[in-house]
Amino acid sequence: MTDKKLHVPVMADLAAKGEKPEYLYWVGCAGAFDDRYQKVARAFAKILNHLEVSYAVLGKEESCTGDAAKRAGNEMLFQMQAMQNIEVLNGYEVDKIICTCPHCYNTLKNEYPELGGNYNVINYTVFLDEMIQAGKLKLENNPFKGESITYHDPCYLGRGNKIYDAPRNVVKAVFGDVKELKRSKSFGLCCGAGGAQMFKEAEKGDKEVNIERTEEIIERRVDKVASACPFCMTMLTDGIKLKNKESELQNLDVAEIIEKALEL
Amino acid sequence: MTKQILFIISLAITLGVFAWSVKRLWTFFKLTKPSYPIKNIGARISHTLDVAFGQTKIFRKPVIGLMHALVFWGFLVITLGSIEIVIDGVFGLERSFSFTGWFYDFVMASGDIFALLIIIFIKAFSLRRSIFRIKRFTGVEMSSKSYWDAQIALTFIGFLMLSLLAFNVGYISNHPNGYEGVYPVSAAIVNLVNMDLGWLQEFGWWIHILLIFAFANYLPYSKHFHVFLSVPNVFLANLEPLTKYPNLESITKEVKLMLDPEAAYDESEEVARFGVKDVEDVSWKNYMDSLACTQCGRCTDVCPANITGKLLSPRKIFVDLRKRMDEKGPIAIKGEDDGKSLLRDYITEEELWACTTCNACAQECPIDISHPNLIMDMRRYLVMEEAAAPAELNAMFTNIENNGAPWQFSPEDRLKWTEG
Repeated sequence: MTDKKLHVPVMADLAAKGEKPEYLYWVGCAGAFDDRYQKVARAFAKILNHLEVSYAVLGKEESCTGDAAKRAGNEMLFQMQAMQNIEVLNGYEVDKIICTCPHCYNTLKNEYPELGGNYNVINYTVFLDEMIQAGKLKLENNPFKGESITYHDPCYLGRGNKIYDAPRNVVKAVFGDVKELKRSKSFGLCCGAGGAQMFKEAEKGDKEVNIERTEEIIERRVDKVASACPFCMTMLTDGIKLKNKESELQNLDVAEIIEKALEL
Repeated sequence: MTKQILFIISLAITLGVFAWSVKRLWTFFKLTKPSYPIKNIGARISHTLDVAFGQTKIFRKPVIGLMHALVFWGFLVITLGSIEIVIDGVFGLERSFSFTGWFYDFVMASGDIFALLIIIFIKAFSLRRSIFRIKRFTGVEMSSKSYWDAQIALTFIGFLMLSLLAFNVGYISNHPNGYEGVYPVSAAIVNLVNMDLGWLQEFGWWIHILLIFAFANYLPYSKHFHVFLSVPNVFLANLEPLTKYPNLESITKEVKLMLDPEAAYDESEEVARFGVKDVEDVSWKNYMDSLACTQCGRCTDVCPANITGKLLSPRKIFVDLRKRMDEKGPIAIKGEDDGKSLLRDYITEEELWACTTCNACAQECPIDISHPNLIMDMRRYLVMEEAAAPAELNAMFTNIENNGAPWQFSPEDRLKWTEG
């Protein structure tokens, strides 16, 4: 894709002009660096621009929330990251943070407050759902006409923070319907990447977790599978590739569905 | 009078043995570490009404869930009857609660009906274990001891219900001109059987109460200790979001010291071990979880690592914790050490590193055990005390330390995604 450079406001630049945005968009490491997931960050930034939301990103000042380090047992590293990030966030007097990554979301929302980081942390699917409900995000055409879709619940969004309906509402706003997987919502099956598994080989077993999940998605006979997490995206995309189903089944992030529907 | 004396002696023995068992467990609890503070009593009560008394998590498997719920609700009303029996026994009375009128009729009638239902369900549970090969009742942690433990407990419950019915039948037979309470099942039996069943009153009463006494003292050594501990375990559950993993306070102190070298170092403070290596490192709540677990395996059944053939079984973590406490507790109380530990001698590193922290296990657990948090506590020990993380994770740590991202990218490139 040869996309143009996006206009994305950076916190430090705004602060230099004495401005303070309403929202901070927490891009996360995957949004910043993962080839595939960068497209999701772009999609979400385009939506924010389209909605003319007052926002900014931290850019070079953003650092890993420490989620993966914490789940891998490195509490020391996690807390160092947290303290650093909190210093930056508090320095800008940040109030509302929107996250695309559910791992960043969970960490910022649930684990930073005790360390002095108290923010109103919002998941982007909840934000998008609210924008649709409020009539600010108008989705008139469906570029996926005739296609069916299912939704894969990210553990840190669903079971972890009980966000099940918002992402489904957003997908439904475009597709009209979401087909449920056999294991969905609180019964959802993990993609296999949580708890720092993303960064290591799996232990010995009969099967990879993402293959187990991909097979379940394939069985559902849908054209698309929506997800809302960078790790899930990597795992499902790899799973679909390994199963040689790339032509029939594609993984899209919730934000990308809106981006396409709005032709951004 | 003789009956009263015999009863009081058996009650005293029961309470004495039970107190001894509780004291033993209490000394084990004293070896453990503090857990989260128990606040929000209102929220805890409503959570308990929902999860324990409403059996909402049990109903996630609807068919077997309904059977369990009926057995549980039956137990609740039958327990009221058991309290009456104890009072009757001590004071030489008969049906001493009958003054409660319609409430008594209701409790006795439902207890009588539940007794029959429970006999049927208990038989089904028992056959299910012996005939059908249900995957979640298998696994390395499910020894033949677990199997027999389940069968013994089910047998106890079956005979408890049979003897209750026998007692009711005998009681009705002995009072042809009217009796206290309502007993639909027992009355039907009396009508059907053309025999003098009066002898069943004394016989059933004694068998029933002696079985209760024996069962109560069997439970502390059985996985069916959950009969006592499930409800309190749910009440004391972690009510935070499942994926909120508590911050380690001792680390917060260290990190603050590092960031602010001026801060005074309090040397009087004992340097605690980071994470969990053995039973002394777990919290009292972890240990209570292990005692309350009835090894139903719903956790392992939904574990993505287990489903895909990895070694990890969330249930095993808590079965091992209880076993290890049985082994280490008595030694640790004497201030001795056996050179073994929960980590490695019971739970391998391979199991711990297979967890995706997806919390499917914790979501499923009918009594709110959080397996991932204990697994991560053990990872903390491995990483912070032994630097024993898998190599790829050490690389990830280094990346975060150096570049502020788990991958090897420069923080200077953090806005590249905007360039297209």
